[in-house]
Amino acid sequence: MSLDYTVDGELNEGLIKDVVDAHPEKAGKKRARHLGTVKEGSDGNPTCGVKSNIKSVPGVMTQRGCAYAGAKGVVWGPIKDMVHISHGPVGCGHYSWAQRRNYFNGTVGIDSFVTMQITSDFQERDIVFGGDKNLDKMVDELETMFPLARGYSILSECPIGLIGDDIEAVAKKKANDTGKLVVPCRCEGFRGISQSLGHHIANDCIRDWILGKREQEWETGPYDVNLIADYNIGGDAWPSRMLLEEMGLRVIGSWTGDSTLAEIERAPKAKVNLIHCYRSMNYICRHMEETYGIPWIEYNFFGPTQIAKSLRKIAEFFDDTIKENAEKVIAKYQPLADAVIEKYKPRLDGKRVMLFVGGLRPRHTATAYEDLGMQVVGTGYEFAHNDDYQRTAHYLKEGTLVYDDASEFELEHFIEKIRPDLVGSGIKEKYGTQKMGVPFRQMHSWDYSGPYHGYDGFAVFARDMDRAINAPVWNKIKAPWKAA
Amino acid sequence: MPRQIAFYGKGGIGKSTTSQNTLAALVEMGQKILIVGCDPKADSTRLILNTKLQDTVLHLAAQAGSVEDLELEDVMKVGYKGIKCTEAGGPEPGVGCAGRGVITAINFLEENGAYEDVDYVSYDVLGDVVCGGFAMPIRENKAQEIYIVMSGEMMALYAANNISKGILKYAGSGGVRLGGLICNERQTDRELDLAETLAKKLNTQMIHFVPRDNIVQHAELRRQTVIQYKPESKQAEEYRILAKKIHANGGKGTIPTPISMEELEDMLLEFGIMKTEEQQLAELEAKEKTLCAAS
Repeated sequence: MSLDYTVDGELNEGLIKDVVDAHPEKAGKKRARHLGTVKEGSDGNPTCGVKSNIKSVPGVMTQRGCAYAGAKGVVWGPIKDMVHISHGPVGCGHYSWAQRRNYFNGTVGIDSFVTMQITSDFQERDIVFGGDKNLDKMVDELETMFPLARGYSILSECPIGLIGDDIEAVAKKKANDTGKLVVPCRCEGFRGISQSLGHHIANDCIRDWILGKREQEWETGPYDVNLIADYNIGGDAWPSRMLLEEMGLRVIGSWTGDSTLAEIERAPKAKVNLIHCYRSMNYICRHMEETYGIPWIEYNFFGPTQIAKSLRKIAEFFDDTIKENAEKVIAKYQPLADAVIEKYKPRLDGKRVMLFVGGLRPRHTATAYEDLGMQVVGTGYEFAHNDDYQRTAHYLKEGTLVYDDASEFELEHFIEKIRPDLVGSGIKEKYGTQKMGVPFRQMHSWDYSGPYHGYDGFAVFARDMDRAINAPVWNKIKAPWKAA
Repeated sequence: MPRQIAFYGKGGIGKSTTSQNTLAALVEMGQKILIVGCDPKADSTRLILNTKLQDTVLHLAAQAGSVEDLELEDVMKVGYKGIKCTEAGGPEPGVGCAGRGVITAINFLEENGAYEDVDYVSYDVLGDVVCGGFAMPIRENKAQEIYIVMSGEMMALYAANNISKGILKYAGSGGVRLGGLICNERQTDRELDLAETLAKKLNTQMIHFVPRDNIVQHAELRRQTVIQYKPESKQAEEYRILAKKIHANGGKGTIPTPISMEELEDMLLEFGIMKTEEQQLAELEAKEKTLCAAS
C-alpha cells in the first residue's frame, strides 16, 4: 500500500549540478559520483546510482565519525554489564560519553555501565613509555570498584595504534587474572574512512574473542531468535521484542541494545538471527551463518506497513503456529496503527521530508512516513556501502534525490531549494535547518524521544513528526524583507 | 643564542664517542657546552660525566608524574671541564614512543632555560631519522648544522644519504644545514676516497677523517674521552683538529643534495663495496664448486 506521489526529479538533477559546480573541478567530479536521483536501472529495477564508502573529499564538512565512534558508540557501548575502557587520552571517551541513548535495565555502577565514561586518560608519560602497565593496573582497579562487571572491552584510541601498545597481551593476561572476558578492540580512529569500519572491527572482535570461547549451558528451544543490531535507542528494542514474543518466539539475545555479555555468548544457539541495522552487524550474521549455520533475515519495524511485512517474513521461518500468531499480532495492533494514522494523517498528509542519517534509517523510515501520508523527497547516508544503496531504491519514488556522505554545504543547498516540510538528520544539522525556518527532527537520537520501533513506537513517531511540523512557532517566523 | 649542532649517523658508527671527544676538545678552547642526548640508550654523556648512565629527563618525569614536575637541576649534570649534560631518555625497547620522548625532553630543556649561558648546544641523535620525533633537532630554530658520522661501510653510506634527505626537508622552512661528514675510520677499502666522493655528491665536505686507534676503546673502558685519558696522544690531537674545524665551520653549512638509490648503488659498485648480481652469482658458483670438490 505504498503511497502514490511524484518527486520532481528534474529539479533534483538541477540541484546536483548546482552543488557539483560550486566545488573546484576535481572535488566536484568526485562529489558528483555520490549524488543522484532514483531512476530505472538497466535491469528494470529502480537504482540510486551513487557511489559510496569512499574517502570524504578533503575540505568539505563531512558529517562522518571515526572507527572508534563506530566500535564504542554503536557496537560495544550498549553491552551493559561490561566495562568499556576508552584506552587513550581523555577526549575520545568524554565526547562519546552516553551519546547514543541506548536504554537499559540495571543499576549504573553496580551491574550496568552503559552511561559511565571509563578511560585510561593517557598522559605524555604513557605515550612515551607505553600504556600497557596502566591498562593492567586499571583493570585491577575496576575489578575492585565494579565486582559485578562481567567483562571488559579495551577500545583503542588513535595513539595506541601509533605507539604500538600490545593491548592483546594485556587482555590475555587480565582475562587470566580475573577469569572474565577481556576483549581488545583495535578501533583506532584513523583506520578506515568512517565509523563503518569501526562496526566491522567490533564485529570481528566479537567473533574472535567471544563467540565459541566459553562453554554455554543454554537449553535451546525451537523458537529461539536473536534480535540483532537494534541498539535500543530511546527504548526501541523493547516494543520490538514484545512483538516477537507475542508471536511465540523467544528472544535469547538483544544485540546490542540493553544486552548482556551472556546474551552475546549464547547467540550461536539461536535458530534465526533477525537483523535490523544491516550496515553495522551484517558481518557477525554472516559469520554465524557460515560457522553455526544460523540463517539471518533483515526486518524493518518502522511503521505498520513494514512491521506487518516483516512479521510475516519472520514467521515464514517457523511453523504454522507462529505464522498464525503473526497474523494475530498484526490484527491485534492494526486498530492502534489505524487510530494513529486517523489522528495524524490529516495533519501530515502531503508533507515532504528529507532525511540524512547513518546507515539504515534513510531507507527504513521511508515507509513509516508514507504511512502518515508524507512524501520522501530526498535521502542519504553518512557511511552506507553499495549494498545499502541497493536496498534503498525500491523504498523511493523515481526522481528522489539521493546523497551519499553529503557535506554541510550540499545539505543546506538542497534544503534551501527543495524547502521540505521536515528534515530528519542529526544534531549537527538541527539548528542550521531550523534557522532556515524548516522543521527538524533528530533521527539518530530520536531527539530525546522514542521509541520509534514497533507499533508502540509508531505512535510516538507520528506524534513527534506532527509536533515538529505543526508547531505554532513556525507561524511566528516572517522573512525580514517582507512587509510586517 | 648558542650555536646548535647535532650529530647523526647509523647506529653503532661511533656518534656518541666522536661527539663527546670533539666536545671535550671544544671545551678546551674555552667554549661553554650543553649536551642533549636524544637516544633512548642514554649513552651520549657517560664519557663526559665519567659515570654509568645519567638519569634521563623522561625517566625522572615518569617518576615525578610529568615533566612539569621537574626542575632543570634534577636533569642536568655537570661533567668534564664544566660541560653540562642532559639525556632525553625514553622507553625500554619495544614499547611506547621514543620519538615523542625526544620532543618532550627538548621542549622541557628549552623552556626551562637550559640553553641560556652556553656557547654550544650539541644533540646526539640515535641511528636514523626514523620518525618526526628524531627529526626534532633539525627543525626550525634547533640545530643550525648537522654533522653526519659515517664510515666506508655500505649501511653507513645509506644512512648518511637518508639523513641528508631529512635535512633537505627542513632546510627550506628552518635554517638547518649540513655541516659535513665525519668519517670514522673502519679500514674499509678506499675509505677516504669514498667519503670524499659521497661528500661531494651530497654537496658538502668531508670535514675530518678520524683514524682508527685502540686508545679510544681504552679510554671508553675507563668511561673517559681520549682528551681526558691521554691528552698528549695522537688521537686526542685528531679530535682537537676536528673541534677546530667545526668551530670554524659556523654558518658555512650547505643545503644537501641527497642522491637517488640508483646513484648511490652505482657509486658503491664503483668502489667495489657492492657487487653486481653477476659477480655475486659467479662467486656463489665458485664457492659451491670448492665445496663440492672438498666433499
